[in-house]
Amino acid sequence: MSGAFRIPSAGRLSQAKTARFSFDGQSYAGIEGDTLASALLANGVHLVGRSFKYHRPRGILSAGAEEPNALVEIKRDAARKTPNVRATVQELYDGLAAQSQNRWPSLSFDVGAVNDIASPFFSAGFYYKTFMWPKAAWKSLYEPKIRAAAGLGVSPDQPDPDHYSSRYAHCDVLVLGGGAAGVAAALAAAETGVRVILADEQAEFGGSLRFESGARIDGQDGFAWAQGAVAKLAAMDNVRVLSRTTAFGYYAQNFVGLVERVSDHLKAPGHDLPRERLWQVRARRVVLASGAIERHMVFADNDRPGIMLAGAARTYLNHYGVAVGKNVGVYTANDSAYAAAIDLKKAGVNVAAIVDLRDNPTGPVIDEARALGIEVNFGRAVVRAGGKLRVSSMTVQPKNGGGERTIPVDAILMSAGWTPSVHLFSQSRGKVAFNDETKRFVPGTYAQDCVSVGACNGTDGLSASLDEAYAAGAKAARDANARDYGAKAAKGTKPKVDASESWSRGMLGAAPGAGPDTTVKAFVDFQNDVTAKDIRQAVHEGMHSIEHVKRFTTNGMATDQGKTSNMHGLAIAAETLGKPIPEVGLTTFRAPYTPVTFGAIVSHARGPLFDPTRRTAIHPWAEAQGAVFEDVGQWKRAWYFPKTGEDMHAAVDRECVAVRTKAGLFDASTLGKIEVVGPDAAKFMELLYTNPWEKLEPGRCRYGIMLREDGFIYDDGVVGRLAPDRFHVTTTTGGAPRVMNHMEDYLQTEFPHLNVWLTSITEQWAVIAVQGPKSRDIIAPLVEGIDMSDEALPHMSVREGKICGVPTRLFRMSFTGERGFEVNVPADYGQAVWEALWAEGQKHGAAAYGTEAMHVLRAEKGYIIVGQDTDGTVTPNDAGLDWAVGKKKADFVGIRGMARPDLVAKGRKQLVGLKTKDPKVVLEEGAQIVEDPKQAIPMKMIGHVTSSYWSQNCGRSIALALVAGGRDRMGDTLYVPMPNGVVEVEVTGMVFFDETGGRLNG
Amino acid sequence: MLLIRCPYCEEERPELEFRNAGEAHIARSANMAGESDDDFEKFFFIRSNPKGIIHERWRHMHGCARFFNAVRDTVTDKFIMTYKAGEPKPSKLPGVAK
Ligand SMILES: [Zn+2]
Repeated sequence: MSGAFRIPSAGRLSQAKTARFSFDGQSYAGIEGDTLASALLANGVHLVGRSFKYHRPRGILSAGAEEPNALVEIKRDAARKTPNVRATVQELYDGLAAQSQNRWPSLSFDVGAVNDIASPFFSAGFYYKTFMWPKAAWKSLYEPKIRAAAGLGVSPDQPDPDHYSSRYAHCDVLVLGGGAAGVAAALAAAETGVRVILADEQAEFGGSLRFESGARIDGQDGFAWAQGAVAKLAAMDNVRVLSRTTAFGYYAQNFVGLVERVSDHLKAPGHDLPRERLWQVRARRVVLASGAIERHMVFADNDRPGIMLAGAARTYLNHYGVAVGKNVGVYTANDSAYAAAIDLKKAGVNVAAIVDLRDNPTGPVIDEARALGIEVNFGRAVVRAGGKLRVSSMTVQPKNGGGERTIPVDAILMSAGWTPSVHLFSQSRGKVAFNDETKRFVPGTYAQDCVSVGACNGTDGLSASLDEAYAAGAKAARDANARDYGAKAAKGTKPKVDASESWSRGMLGAAPGAGPDTTVKAFVDFQNDVTAKDIRQAVHEGMHSIEHVKRFTTNGMATDQGKTSNMHGLAIAAETLGKPIPEVGLTTFRAPYTPVTFGAIVSHARGPLFDPTRRTAIHPWAEAQGAVFEDVGQWKRAWYFPKTGEDMHAAVDRECVAVRTKAGLFDASTLGKIEVVGPDAAKFMELLYTNPWEKLEPGRCRYGIMLREDGFIYDDGVVGRLAPDRFHVTTTTGGAPRVMNHMEDYLQTEFPHLNVWLTSITEQWAVIAVQGPKSRDIIAPLVEGIDMSDEALPHMSVREGKICGVPTRLFRMSFTGERGFEVNVPADYGQAVWEALWAEGQKHGAAAYGTEAMHVLRAEKGYIIVGQDTDGTVTPNDAGLDWAVGKKKADFVGIRGMARPDLVAKGRKQLVGLKTKDPKVVLEEGAQIVEDPKQAIPMKMIGHVTSSYWSQNCGRSIALALVAGGRDRMGDTLYVPMPNGVVEVEVTGMVFFDETGGRLNG
Repeated sequence: MLLIRCPYCEEERPELEFRNAGEAHIARSANMAGESDDDFEKFFFIRSNPKGIIHERWRHMHGCARFFNAVRDTVTDKFIMTYKAGEPKPSKLPGVAK
């Protein structure tokens, strides 16, 4: 027997399949097909959690995704620990272990419940009012305390070991919601042959047919009809049926995000299964069939465990075979709760009384209830619930006042009416309209190609819903596929409703006994502990917009997003304001409809797959040599090559000295490379770079500066002219994509008359820099067809030929100040050529050097790095690069911006060198520079250090800095105030080593 | 995620393939060096930033890589039409009054 409250004759679960589970360490039996909630209820467990703010005991309110109370932690193992799982949604599996949350030391005795007694101090706006002062207390006291006390559930502290998947899909008709209306719409659409996706959040399709015992369609029980129809749909090639799949977000142009829970319901999910799958669906037409959500009654202590929605109690009985009590009371303002009372009574449960707020309702359900001998009271209200950990009674009073009567009960089923689920419609930017007669918001103006059908559209009754849905499904199919395949009529026949239930109306806001003259705790929002009184107080304190009321009280702001509470809250605010509901307005619905895991959104994009890693052709060699790598954008670059016992400092010193005394090999493959080709290539280069290019001879190179239109340095690099119509342009490593974009932009939109083609060749060429006095000796033996003499191949020239038998673009250029070459070879040969050069280099004492040594060597020569020594506000003049700007040019990008008054004014920051008075002191990059270190704080800063290194070759530290009016300060002493004292520096030129440049030919 | 029609590919493609490139129809002067400070300010800094219809540049970055122009409503975020770079501002917009 799976629980004392299981009724074997009721429900659809097979009694044979028992599943054991535990809650707070206690072991229970359930049945396969149960949710955790139904299994707990079958065992008579209603108390499942403590509330957020007051720590009040809470039970199970609903049987679906709207659940605000029954949030538990499900723990599979130490890493698989999921907080805030709705027990009403979690399917039971054998061995499931759940824990209650927000209680200490135990669920039935919780110290935090003192908040309930102290509740006058925790009223609406509490956070805003209480913790304003002093500011410092926020960090040390308030925030940690509040976080510890007010959390619901605890996040796992280990990385998520599960994997998630992600799919894109396209369809003609996407049907969201698999109740009667959704299934009918999907049938009509699918029968025309178009591509259909039907999704529902539940494990089984059917929606409210799960509990509507009175529904019969095509001669069958309604739920059985839905299973048959969905099986038929699933078998069709043009239909994809997704169960356990929630549409959580409706975005622009019918782009819908859905999460499919693939394995959370399985006892032992195989590792081949993802935990969840994210579907991103683009649909030509969307049919919204999201149903309606029942509202609770707002009365004193309406949150006691055992008080639940009438429809939920009916679901537990008719689907799961579980009675929610042995002696239940009913409190309602509409017909639907009668059906619950009737079903329970027929199943043998005592129904103590139905309390109906309406004065003299009539109808078949009321007659039937009476005929079954159920006591029915009209015009009366439940003014109070008794009991603490479980409801024990309901106190009834005539709604206009009078004598009270207390009726013992162990459960109260309540219904204030049904709220159409317009969440997705609203997310699609559709505008809702208030129907004054039925007191509900329904879809009004549509913003996208979608249509609402059934209960979410405010359509009452199964028959009307099915008619509407079938027609809408057929029309959506026609509209969606007309342009591709032409319209086809549906081939099937419309489902016929033989019997159905129908209810509408109800009430909004606080019930009698919880009115403005009372101080009772009548909960509107269970999850955030917001009462009717809180909402009135917010209005009295000046919150007149519903958006303000919501933020002040936090009504509707919990993870359930106010699915049961929004309309009540709105009605109470409207009543207090003395305004009609539509004038107060509804708060905006936002995605996600229900919480979505980070795992589903992130999917495989985590760890090494978060961002692509780019490795050069020579990377494996550097790795084998024990290189330490650094990240430069997405690239891994060899930073330095430590020998046994060397730290970074020692390695870099050795590498720097080797380059200047013998030679060094450096992997420069990450340099951006763009080929500019065409009859107008030189004209194009003239416009994109500050330098003159027309007269550069083929075979020669030039250092180019690229500006933005505002006159600031954007990028730089050496450019080789291979032929009159062909330039090999290099860019900074990080700048390659944006330089390419910048060039394409001007070529396509400003200079489209130029006949030029641009090709990114960064990945095509591996680049090996060979620098140092021995560099030519290392390269020459391997080169064919290129005269390596200084006369034939002077500094800043380029030749095409062969090296090691493969094609090369051989540049004679230097970023070290030494005689140097950059050997470009097709990337596939990169490592082989490197290894050949390395072998040759060994004969001459060459070292491999990394990016750190490269930085030091270039700084010794005063060569700038764009992005390090410049920051987007530096002009060529500021950087001392006026010589690279063509004075006679009529136009280039940046020519006008560069001449703006501020950019030519005196006193601009200019790049200079700095030498510390103590040569052993190495400045910190980014350190600020002042004229007078004794001035009052805040000091006037006149610049900052951009590059700073220990230079073994100079035997001292060196630095570059941007200093206001820097070039007029040569020889001056400036100061760098640091936490450990002031560093004295001398302003110098930018070249620290070989000022005459003789070593370029050394 | 929006769908954007590339006028070169003649296909609607997801927004992820595109990159916005700022306001359209701001011509670079043929005599750039001779522009006054005021004219340069207008050209480089001043943008219309309308509430409503905007003409803007997009690039089909991860597709054909072409720059093109689009008319978009900044209130609804809807693309009204797209057209090739160099074509004049369309005089009639489909589905837009006035
Ligand atoms: Zn394109």
